[in-house]
Amino acid sequence: MMTWASGWLIYGLTGATLIGLGLFGFASHTNLLRRILAFNVVGSGIFLVFGATGFRVPELGADAVPQALIITGIVVALSATALAVSLITRHASLSGSATLPDDDREDR
Amino acid sequence: MPSSLALTAIIGAPLLGFFMTIVWSRAAAVVASLTSMVVLVAAVFLAVSVSAHGAVLTSLGGWDAPLGIELAADGLSVMFMIVSGAIVLVVGAYAQHEFVHPGTETRSGFAFWPLMLVLLAALNGIFVSRDFFNLYVCFELLTLSAVAMVTLNGKTESITAALRYLLFALLGSILYLLGAVLLYAQFGSLDMGVIGQSVSSSGAEILAAGLMTAGLALKTALFPFHGWLPPAHSGAPPPASAMLSSLVPKASYFITIRLWFDVMPELAGNPLTLALGGLGGAAILYGSLQAIVQTRLKMVVAYSTVAQLGYLFIVFPLAGGDSAAQPWSAGAWTGGMLHALSHALAKSAMFLCAGLFIISARTDDLEALRGIAQTMPMTAFAFTLAAISLLGLPPSGGFIAKYLMLTSAFASGGWIWAFLILAGGLLAALYLYRPVRIMLSLPKQPGQPFKPISRWWQVAPLVLALGAVFLGIGSNEPYALLQIGRPVAAETGL
Repeated sequence: MMTWASGWLIYGLTGATLIGLGLFGFASHTNLLRRILAFNVVGSGIFLVFGATGFRVPELGADAVPQALIITGIVVALSATALAVSLITRHASLSGSATLPDDDREDR
Repeated sequence: MPSSLALTAIIGAPLLGFFMTIVWSRAAAVVASLTSMVVLVAAVFLAVSVSAHGAVLTSLGGWDAPLGIELAADGLSVMFMIVSGAIVLVVGAYAQHEFVHPGTETRSGFAFWPLMLVLLAALNGIFVSRDFFNLYVCFELLTLSAVAMVTLNGKTESITAALRYLLFALLGSILYLLGAVLLYAQFGSLDMGVIGQSVSSSGAEILAAGLMTAGLALKTALFPFHGWLPPAHSGAPPPASAMLSSLVPKASYFITIRLWFDVMPELAGNPLTLALGGLGGAAILYGSLQAIVQTRLKMVVAYSTVAQLGYLFIVFPLAGGDSAAQPWSAGAWTGGMLHALSHALAKSAMFLCAGLFIISARTDDLEALRGIAQTMPMTAFAFTLAAISLLGLPPSGGFIAKYLMLTSAFASGGWIWAFLILAGGLLAALYLYRPVRIMLSLPKQPGQPFKPISRWWQVAPLVLALGAVFLGIGSNEPYALLQIGRPVAAETGL
């Protein structure tokens, strides 16, 4: 009994930590690329939590639905990241800045 | 045509059209128009079938929920599908003049058509999905195509506006996804029907619903998360602005309505309804005041969207309230939905008018439009008609919507909400009077400083504005249609 609980918990707690770290990064950085990285960290955390929920009834074994949804979620996050990065490079080449105009505080 | 085919076609046809417009970019405009016609016909067919036999449901590939994907259309979804299909069709006709110039190929001319069709597919997907993860995928698709539309003209300000929009939208989708994951952990399903039957007001459910609502509010640009909307909507090319401002925020609002009215009305209490209503009221006041001080026409129209979206959230407190008021709450719900629809028609008409004024006057500086009604009486008329609907003057759709909301506010003794609805109308009169006065006044110097615009091009905004007015005159059918499959909570209160 203990073994499944600990595995489930480790994944869930790691995911929760990643979500917290990512949200902090998203809010505290102004550099656009870092914010997109932070978004991906949150995304990974959510996927870990989601995967962990697939084992919440150990008698039934691993639930395949979260795995299928995580793969879809990764594709969605990937396309959003691709669009964001292409916009960021375009923004940087047009304005010469890695941050949005109102966020005047630059990251080191 | 069986209704299951129509349900598949409203998503499948625009997706197919999307691939065709990329492969066969020379005929993209024609393909896009034909596709949006197919979608509109399918939506009308669904409306007929829904009003005859009640809500329709189909399982894709014969796989039932919870494993398979179910698509379902009730009165609410078919009304939204018809209005968005009509808007996309008219905007597409307008965009032929803007983007199709034989012999030359521009980036915006190439990218607009596929983006428009993806947007339509994603919207329809949201309107018929019954599954929280499906909804997530659809509104991500919607967001990505909407963000790409903002960047079409490639200017630095547009890229900046698009990036800010994308950051807000990404945060919104992540909050929503986290909420959906918690729901799955709780129920082992993401199907709305399954979850709706076993809601038990546990802490995890409240947290999940709160996260999802916050994420959806970010995407709907509810005050105070509205900052990204005006620059993004005013920076896009006018046909894109028309769709962004009229349809895209409605999609996330639609999910919010489904979440609270269809799935977990038990969880909604005074704290939620007052918070959403309060933010909506603040949006009405703040958006209207900002619209009053803007000096560019597109910014006036964009801030007006911030204000008008506020009304949509006043539905929540109106549908709540004490038990004596509850016979009226279906009025509040129906009024809110009619407001979303008539605002969509009026706002898309306004952005198309603004686009024509910009082409004619080469600027959307309000003062530079002085006397433009003499050159373009039809467009000025369309703008004024759209303004009438936004103000909520009879006989427009906006009037019926505000009337229903006001009646339910008075009946439930929600004086503060009635005050906000009325104040919003007065403020809208202030910010819309100024552009109308400038358009109709005499030009400063004689002569024609404005470029003439072809009549056919000017028809597009007029059709949409007339649609907004017609929604009021012929409100019987839409009203009856909206009642089919109306959630029980719309009547009994949240």
